[in-house]
Amino acid sequence: MDISKEKLVWLYETMYRIRRFEETMLEQTFKGNAMGVTHSSDGQEAGPTGVCAHLTEKDWIGSTHRGHGHCIAKELDTKKMMAEIMGRATGHCKGKGGSMHIADFSKGMLGANAIVGASIPLAVGAALTAKYKGLENESIGVAFFGDGATSQGILHESMNLATVWKLPVLFVCENNHYAEATPVEYAVSILDIADRASSYSMPGVVVDGMDVFAVYDAAGEAVKRARNGDGPTLLELKTYRYHGHFHADVPENYRTKEEESDWKERDSIETFQDRVIKANQLTDKELKAIRDEIDNEMIEAVDFALNSPMPDMDELYKDVYVNYPNSVLAPQQRD
Amino acid sequence: MTTQEDTKNPLGPGYDVAGSEMRYRDSFNKTLRDELNRDPDVFLMGEDIAGGAGRFDEDGKPLDAWGGPFAATKGLIQDFGPDRIKDTPISEAGFLGAAIGSALTGLRPVVDLMYFDFVTVAYDQLLSNAAKSRYMFAGQTKVPLTMFARSGGGTGHAAQHSESFYSMLAHIPGLKVVVPSDAYSVRGLLSAAIRDDDPVFVVSDKKLINLSGFVPDENFAIELGKGRYLRKGSDVTLVGMSYTSVLCKEAAEKLAEEGIDCEVVDLLSLSPLDESILIESVSKTNRLIVVDEDTPRCSMASEVAAIVADQAFDYLDAPIKRVTGPHTPVPYNKALETAFMPDSNEIIIATKKLLDL
Repeated sequence: MDISKEKLVWLYETMYRIRRFEETMLEQTFKGNAMGVTHSSDGQEAGPTGVCAHLTEKDWIGSTHRGHGHCIAKELDTKKMMAEIMGRATGHCKGKGGSMHIADFSKGMLGANAIVGASIPLAVGAALTAKYKGLENESIGVAFFGDGATSQGILHESMNLATVWKLPVLFVCENNHYAEATPVEYAVSILDIADRASSYSMPGVVVDGMDVFAVYDAAGEAVKRARNGDGPTLLELKTYRYHGHFHADVPENYRTKEEESDWKERDSIETFQDRVIKANQLTDKELKAIRDEIDNEMIEAVDFALNSPMPDMDELYKDVYVNYPNSVLAPQQRD
Repeated sequence: MTTQEDTKNPLGPGYDVAGSEMRYRDSFNKTLRDELNRDPDVFLMGEDIAGGAGRFDEDGKPLDAWGGPFAATKGLIQDFGPDRIKDTPISEAGFLGAAIGSALTGLRPVVDLMYFDFVTVAYDQLLSNAAKSRYMFAGQTKVPLTMFARSGGGTGHAAQHSESFYSMLAHIPGLKVVVPSDAYSVRGLLSAAIRDDDPVFVVSDKKLINLSGFVPDENFAIELGKGRYLRKGSDVTLVGMSYTSVLCKEAAEKLAEEGIDCEVVDLLSLSPLDESILIESVSKTNRLIVVDEDTPRCSMASEVAAIVADQAFDYLDAPIKRVTGPHTPVPYNKALETAFMPDSNEIIIATKKLLDL
């Protein structure tokens, strides 16, 4: 697939932004500035980047507990994301959602979801809305999920619904080879999760999830199918989670250093740099300028978050309902 | 506030307008039809809500083989088509999740979950997505979703098709739960649920579905969170919900023959809950019996008792009593099932005991 220079820059910016965001976010978590657990997606940057490169704000994505990369690829604001993780009033969800529930409905981001697999039918529902309104050529649903979610019934129900109703959906499995601390070969009976697609009469494609160009090409085909009304596709992106399941997890307890370094040799960002420089598509200088700008963006994001106010205490009671005549106060607060 | 005026007829303020007697199920169907006509974003989903999905009759119309469980959606597919009356695979979690996704992106889905028991199959989507999205995302979105299902025992459906676990839903912040008790209230509450911007569960007791009552011709909605008096009285307050409101009224009428004057409050809505009608009634009768077909522990009966104990303790002249099912599943055998079900006789006994008679 031909890629414009503008798109190449976007791919690089997005992957590098995800990488630096995750590194910065982990640093802040260990400093005690995050208010809870965080799940880093560094190592997996090529997936969300290569898929979302084909999407607009009218397309909807569902995401996971490891959702920062999806948010960034859907062009959410890194300042508001960092503020959300630090529980601040200026966060995407006013500090009420946190790392695992970042959402921006104005950007077509249906929200990160901390129940494994639970966001998958939401993307199917977004596609249903598009088809109901005759807009499937301009609005599709993309469900991101990990290899762990393929053991959940909800994935299979969602794939079945999407295929029997021929909905414009992409099922994107980011197979990072670990469900928490459980290796994929223990929990999944087949070698390629993409093969699950054959049960739902949709194409299933194994993709090198460390190669953003491979993801871009495969996702481009799948998005085209969806927009043409040809129904859903399952993409399996073989990738790797550089860090543990959550910030304090020690992955060395269940995987080898050799395995980690094998994957890191195929690092998506370094591979991209080598390739575009060799092909004279982008210069070292251009790449460095992008990196500098994003490094600075991260400093600003942390600064913005740390200097943002905490939410008003009233926020505890707000937005439970659109309208509700009863008090939501605890009984002892009502006396 | 419910006024004395409203209580002239137990069916409520609509009774003075043009209308007719009809079955609960027909009132339900009529309401769905009106809402589908009113708003093109309203659509229905569920298992066999038409039946024979994907097939056509000899006139080329989509089959309506079942017309939905208990014929709730009879005729709708032929008038509104299969895109708006959407039969689903047996996949409650999947299609409820998809309905939530469609609600998050601009539609107003109405989902038939068939038997109330099947809620648990889809409970994660209901709890974690439908009820929490607005809060987790700080008001960025709303979930205008309506769900309905049939509850209750007494019909030989046995343990897995007879649940009344209202409190498992009313317990959830972000979700609303209504329990119509007749043909009139189902019309008002179902239309209110579909027009509401929050997720609302409409629970229909199977024993109500074929009962008839007065329903106004005009389209109307009952405000969610308002209970009503089915009978005014001064000796004891009987609180019912769904079918137990019918039982309370029956018991009150029998007790009236013995000179015992019961007030009957029909909750109609479990969340939000009309706390003021409870306090208003107990402040007058000073005695409370709550009747709930659900099992007793952590039930709506317990919740009503707690609210009255908390907010109206000084008005009480006697302990609050609950009349509920036992702490067991619903059995199949008719005699055992009958023993499970709260009935008007148990309400009468409880009332007399409370009055030291």
